[in-house]
Amino acid sequence: MSATPPSAAPPVPSGARSVTLRSGVYADSVKLMQVSRDVAALAGVTGVLVAMATPLNLELATNMGLAPEAPTSPEQLLIAIRAEDEDALASAVAAVDAALAARERSTGTATAVPQRTIGAGLDELADGSALAIISVPGQYAVAEAADAIAAGRSVLVFSDGVSVEHEVALKEAAHRSGVLVMGPDCGTAIVSGVALGFANVVRPGPVGLVAASGTGAQQVSCLLDAAGVGVSHVLGVGGRDLSEAVGGLATLDALAALDADPATERVLLVSKPPAPSVEASVSAAAAELSVPVRSAVLSADTPDLTAAVEALLRDMGLDVPTWPSRPGPAESAVPGATLKGLYSGGTLADEAMLLAAPALGDIRSNTPLKPELDLGTDLSAKGHVVIDFGDDALTVGRAHPMIDPTLRLEAITSLAASGEPAVLLLDVVLGYGADPDPAGALVPALTAARATAGNLPVVVALIGTEADPQGWSRQADALAAAGAAVFSSNSAATRYALDLLGASS
Amino acid sequence: MSEPLGGLLSAPPAIVAAGVDVFSDALRAQGAEVHDVDWRPPGFGRADDLAALALDPRRATANRVAVERLLAAGSVLVDVRPARVVLDLQDRTLLHSGPPLTWENASGPMRGALIGACLFEGWATDPADAERILAAGEITLEPCHHHRTVGPMAGVTSPSMWMWCLEDPVHGGRAFCNLNEGLGKVLRMGAYNDEVLTRLAWMRDVLGPILSAAVRAPLEAGADPIDVKAILAQMLQMGDEGHNRNRAGSLMALRELSPAIVAVDALSSGHSSDDIAAVLRFIGGNEHFFLNLGMPTAKLAMDAARDVPGSSMVTVMARNGTEFGIQTAGTGDRWFTGPAQTPVGLYLGDYGPEDANPDIGDSAIMETYGVGGFSMAAAPAIVRFVGGTVPDALATTERMYQLTLTENPAMAIPIMGFRGSPTGIDVLKVARTGWLPQINTGMAGRVAGTGQVGAGLVQPPQECFEKALAALAEEARGA
Repeated sequence: MSATPPSAAPPVPSGARSVTLRSGVYADSVKLMQVSRDVAALAGVTGVLVAMATPLNLELATNMGLAPEAPTSPEQLLIAIRAEDEDALASAVAAVDAALAARERSTGTATAVPQRTIGAGLDELADGSALAIISVPGQYAVAEAADAIAAGRSVLVFSDGVSVEHEVALKEAAHRSGVLVMGPDCGTAIVSGVALGFANVVRPGPVGLVAASGTGAQQVSCLLDAAGVGVSHVLGVGGRDLSEAVGGLATLDALAALDADPATERVLLVSKPPAPSVEASVSAAAAELSVPVRSAVLSADTPDLTAAVEALLRDMGLDVPTWPSRPGPAESAVPGATLKGLYSGGTLADEAMLLAAPALGDIRSNTPLKPELDLGTDLSAKGHVVIDFGDDALTVGRAHPMIDPTLRLEAITSLAASGEPAVLLLDVVLGYGADPDPAGALVPALTAARATAGNLPVVVALIGTEADPQGWSRQADALAAAGAAVFSSNSAATRYALDLLGASS
Repeated sequence: MSEPLGGLLSAPPAIVAAGVDVFSDALRAQGAEVHDVDWRPPGFGRADDLAALALDPRRATANRVAVERLLAAGSVLVDVRPARVVLDLQDRTLLHSGPPLTWENASGPMRGALIGACLFEGWATDPADAERILAAGEITLEPCHHHRTVGPMAGVTSPSMWMWCLEDPVHGGRAFCNLNEGLGKVLRMGAYNDEVLTRLAWMRDVLGPILSAAVRAPLEAGADPIDVKAILAQMLQMGDEGHNRNRAGSLMALRELSPAIVAVDALSSGHSSDDIAAVLRFIGGNEHFFLNLGMPTAKLAMDAARDVPGSSMVTVMARNGTEFGIQTAGTGDRWFTGPAQTPVGLYLGDYGPEDANPDIGDSAIMETYGVGGFSMAAAPAIVRFVGGTVPDALATTERMYQLTLTENPAMAIPIMGFRGSPTGIDVLKVARTGWLPQINTGMAGRVAGTGQVGAGLVQPPQECFEKALAALAEEARGA
């Protein structure tokens, strides 16, 4: 329609017209506008105005050439229709009647509106203990984590790719709010019996873990479980927490929280070597706590997580058990064989290198002890090699090797085919989040590799508990049947491999 | 000592998860209580800007301050005066809605309203003359918002127009709005024919003076001023949302004003009893009469929340028919603009989408305050403008809760269990959810002189929020 001012002559329409007025019928204006729109869309209809006969609407009708001839009152319903022919007009009139008579069907309650952010999700919760977990791309994880802190809730950030500056800002904000940031890049935690990420089914008990290392925490908690000692909580803090830049912010808060937790009687701090200044401040803070804190920090001087667990057991006046194992066929390696450690857990790979280096000398790695031992991208290098398949560079675009064994299975196959005499040292990590049956994929690969190589001793560090979904013994038996020597302690496995190489430290 | 980490170590926590499913699935397998968030990448904004705002240590406190001021603000009717008097609005100066505007980029209805105001004030002899002086820059154009004023649709306010004068008794602020003309061919929709000008003259000569006397006399006699915020609150209980539906509010305003209107001594003020009757008939016949009281009420609250460094709360959403502009509490009176969108809705008579002008008016101050489209659940009739259902109306309000910082307990929505209206738009939340604010609005004809063509729903252009987010982040980094 043209926007002609009303002073101009109304257009003279052609075709069929119907202009009627009804009394005693009221519908609100929105309903009538809908009816008008729907009927106007019918074929052959050129103009529709269904409206109460107010002065404004009468003016609209006049402009459409559909003014009623009879006197009107505003309480009347005006039905004015223009159509190309009588048939279309009759259809349109019928359609108006039908639309006015139609009853709207109630569709009940509101369409559920999903919460789009952690903040909105936490808003919906009733009071009570709550934890946010975040695995969105790292660049966006910051705002989600900040939501949790602002809501007075602790947060576990699985995501990697969060900058150090943002990590520090989040942890400082969390400290001010009396909550904890676990992570970023935190893969393992157990909070009040709830296992988060890669964690094992361990019995509840008096030992609290603060862990800057996921697989380290898994090794320690599983050994404690095997010794009959449970854990109260495993608070992951992220691998960078004890760096100079982060300064142990989350570690200090986690220690304080466990100190105040009635269920926690002892604390074990599991970590790779911290920055010296941070180590000092953490030690000083730990000394102030009422709960005794023991350190299981991997270093050249303290290379053995199992030893740290054993020391803790002695602190508690408990006997150190014989750690579960399945001795292998006791085959010895070909003289001159090399150590091939193919790991999924970074801390376990570190532990193996720290234990083996004094006996073997240089060990090359994608996560080397010294920069000059960097393997680069050559995963099939000759000599003593330990590879961490869980390193970020090897998990781009694929799942963690605890879930997706493909790369490691390929490495086993190519090692066997290379003809290089070797002892193969592997970790297999059980628990929530991990492959539901890692032996299922590993056994055929090991069997084939051992057949190809002729003499390929296999040693497995099997990290898990009987209560894990995969079952430690079930997995151990399957691996042992394939010719592997299986240990629940990674340090025991590493030492056994060194024995086979004739290189015990 | 209280429980560490808020009780996290005392009992198995409920989990709220954002991201990949595997973690939630593993938790469910343990029997944990898990609530998955429907997370998705932000609708806009650079990741480092979003992080800078999320981590700005001032933000939580600043937003709390802004929200507290907004919620505390009141609104009482203290006077009705000509714009020339209360705004010191000079001859040859016109106020308009939205962000700053020139004649050159003004849309049809804005031009129509400016032409009409020039004719009304006697600055031009005919429309062509008015266009000439406007195009020649002889008329100063300024946004209403720069004068503590709001105006629906074109919002054109001239010196001779009478203004509602509202006061915030808590913070002492003042806000102003002209008187509503009714529906159809009206100046604010861009119409300027004789009918429009005749009505404006009557409003100047009869309606304004009588309302002024009716408001002033009780106050001078010691009565409390009319609590306009209370009317707005009651409207939401009565099927209005305060923007596109003002029926109950208009009737309540009439109820509050009519005794004093009737008591105006018509003869001594140069009027007749017929004039009194005409005033009552005019108010009673105008379903949107209250809108021009509701808007300055919202404006008072949003002005109270201005100038809080670090706050990411929106204080203004306004459109001039060409551009949509927003302001935030953390960035003062700086406008962030983008092209105004065209509403979707229903049309009067033969009008259709091609006749509708892009979004126009300061009335989005209602949504900025948490009513209007944000309180759609209070007025499900509105959602039918776009073929929606009652559940859609509820869902709209539910979504708006995720864009806002607080719930306004004074503006309770019965069907939401009397939950307060979603109030205080957070630029950061808009970015993160990817949901834009929902605005209910009238539609003006695209061609100057047309008037209203329909009503419907509209959203701001994302660009406004993109610019505001970047500016807030830049300010946060410099703080």
